[in-house]
Amino acid sequence: MLPIRESFILAGILFTLGVIGVLARRNLVFILMSIEVMLNAAGLAFVVAGAQWRQPDGQVVFLFILAMAAAELSVGLALVLELYRQYKTLDTDVLSRMRG
Amino acid sequence: MLDLLWLVPAIPFASAFVLAVFGPRMRSKAVAVLGAGAIAVPAVLMLLIAAAFVSAPPAGGAYTQVLWTWIGVGSFRPAIAFYLDALSLVMVVVVTFVSFLIHVYSTEFMRGDEGYSRFFAYMNLFVASMVTLLLADNLLLLYLGWEGVGLCSYLLIGFWYQDPVNGLAGRKAFIVTRVGDTAMAVGLFLLFHSLGTLRIQDLLHTASDQWQIGSPYAVAAAALLLGGAVGKSAQLPLQTWLPDAMAGPTPTSALIHAATMVTAGVYLIARTHGLYELAPQVQLAVAVTGAATLLMAGCSALTQNDIKRVLAYSTISQIGYMFFALGVGAWGAAIFHFMTHAFFKALLFLAAGVVIEALHHEHNIFRMGGLRKELPAAFWTFLIGGCALAGLPLITAGYYSKDLILWSAANSTAGTAGLWVAGIAGVVLTSLYTFRLIFVVFFGQPATPVSHRPGPAMMIPAFVLAFLSITAGFATTPFAAFMAKALPELHEGGMGMSEVINSTVAGLAFLAGLLVAWYAYLSNPALGRAAATSRVGRVLHRFWFSDWGMDWFYDRLFVWPVVWSAKANKADIVDSIYTGLTRLAALCHRYFSLTETGRLRWYAAWIAGGSAFAVAIAMFL
Repeated sequence: MLPIRESFILAGILFTLGVIGVLARRNLVFILMSIEVMLNAAGLAFVVAGAQWRQPDGQVVFLFILAMAAAELSVGLALVLELYRQYKTLDTDVLSRMRG
Repeated sequence: MLDLLWLVPAIPFASAFVLAVFGPRMRSKAVAVLGAGAIAVPAVLMLLIAAAFVSAPPAGGAYTQVLWTWIGVGSFRPAIAFYLDALSLVMVVVVTFVSFLIHVYSTEFMRGDEGYSRFFAYMNLFVASMVTLLLADNLLLLYLGWEGVGLCSYLLIGFWYQDPVNGLAGRKAFIVTRVGDTAMAVGLFLLFHSLGTLRIQDLLHTASDQWQIGSPYAVAAAALLLGGAVGKSAQLPLQTWLPDAMAGPTPTSALIHAATMVTAGVYLIARTHGLYELAPQVQLAVAVTGAATLLMAGCSALTQNDIKRVLAYSTISQIGYMFFALGVGAWGAAIFHFMTHAFFKALLFLAAGVVIEALHHEHNIFRMGGLRKELPAAFWTFLIGGCALAGLPLITAGYYSKDLILWSAANSTAGTAGLWVAGIAGVVLTSLYTFRLIFVVFFGQPATPVSHRPGPAMMIPAFVLAFLSITAGFATTPFAAFMAKALPELHEGGMGMSEVINSTVAGLAFLAGLLVAWYAYLSNPALGRAAATSRVGRVLHRFWFSDWGMDWFYDRLFVWPVVWSAKANKADIVDSIYTGLTRLAALCHRYFSLTETGRLRWYAAWIAGGSAFAVAIAMFL
């Protein structure tokens, strides 16, 4: 039996780390990695909740999250490669072209 | 024959449309033929219809032609329908016939004017609207025609729009009549609300079934309709627009502001006579309004020096006589006076137009003079019109119609001695100002050389009208019998004055005015000048010249407060609330757009912060 309180705290810590990674990092690859961490934190929360209520739904959703993360990452990495080929950098502040 | 009735308003309307759209590209000859022809056809048609109507009167003395349902909302189903009875027949025949003559006159009078086709488009539209007003089966259609003639009046007063004064006169006419029209609209709402129909004949029947004599509803409805009539017919207290309306071309003044449109109020009251019989107080008010107006306008006419303004005041005064007749219950006499007035007043305006054009658009009568020899045709037609206006006994039409009105005032249950005396005083005034005008313009020494002589298109209509101004009076008896089919006859009673005494007094009143005018303006002109320059004379002259100070009074009472508040509110206080809102929006836009940095991480931080905030709200609230 998983200790639910501690597990959620762990998920929260992981999620916060992911957010900080997204905000603090400038390299696109690291940002994508941080997003993976956030997704996994959410997945962890689902699995823990599923175990608590003895329902398979939590693990089912985690599988969906994994599939979604894989799809997202494949597209994201493809874009990263293309960006790097064109601009020779992955710094988001340098790459920023949007102007309000 | 009667089923061709719809063509009478339709033809001028179609012609107005064609002239408005294609007129500027048409040759002026084609415009003249179309413009006058589109009135000639209805005029002839109307004469044929009148012949058919008289020879084989329709069942019930009236013919109704329903074209289609105009609006259908529940029980409110006004139709485009025409109603022809003795009253509307006489009115439409006179209107189309006089219109035709004036259109013929205009083809020459307006020749060379930039807005030649525009003029005929307006005039034709006017005739179409006026005929719609007269033939309307229900009050809503009548109101459409009523507003249509008001619009044409506005357009034609401001016809020479390059001069701002003319535009101002047009706006004044429009706004002042609007005051009456609003009262009339409220009256229509009241009638529909309480009687459930606007068909005039149904309405009069229902009203007499449903309401007692003197019931508040009947009084209110009659008074509100009277408001509309007073505005349109330039009666006290809304008469101030008519003298200024003389800014329009002279044929317009003859047609709209003398012969036809301004008598629409008389027609409205005669058409809804049943309501006024239910409200005797209002009927008395009609008589008093008419009597007061005819005296006031008569005094004002004495002092004017613009030939058209004299005629305008005389129109106000003569319509006063018609109201006076309506007020004492002499419905037929009022319509008879409408007819003779349409002939002689149109004639006077046409002759005045000849004089004005002959003297390089000179309007001041004191710069005319001696035109008797120079313009004999204009002199004789003007003299005949003037005699008819003043009521030259036994010969002219104006004498017979006015005589009938005065006799009715003395012999009606609704008439009083005071009203009769006012009517007689009006005859003296009419005769005085008419002959003052004739003596000053056509006698004495020539002051301005004649530069232009009228052609046949201007003189023939005047001759026809001169003929009618004399002969129409001989039709008094058959006319009265014909009118009795549509309008109730006079309730005889009152003073019981004999016809001979009444006619003699009226004839003497005419002679008195003529003699005073002859003495003061022809035989001894120094006396007339002395009277006008004496101390009392000067004050009276100024007072009457400015129409009893009515314009002065209205300026201070209505115009100035409005202008003042408009100036005070120049910055538009209410609008500043809305501009404030846009300023606030622009300010917010400036500050919020600062957050649009284009930095990815900055956006991510906002998303994270916003989500945390939303979660916090969900958790703690």
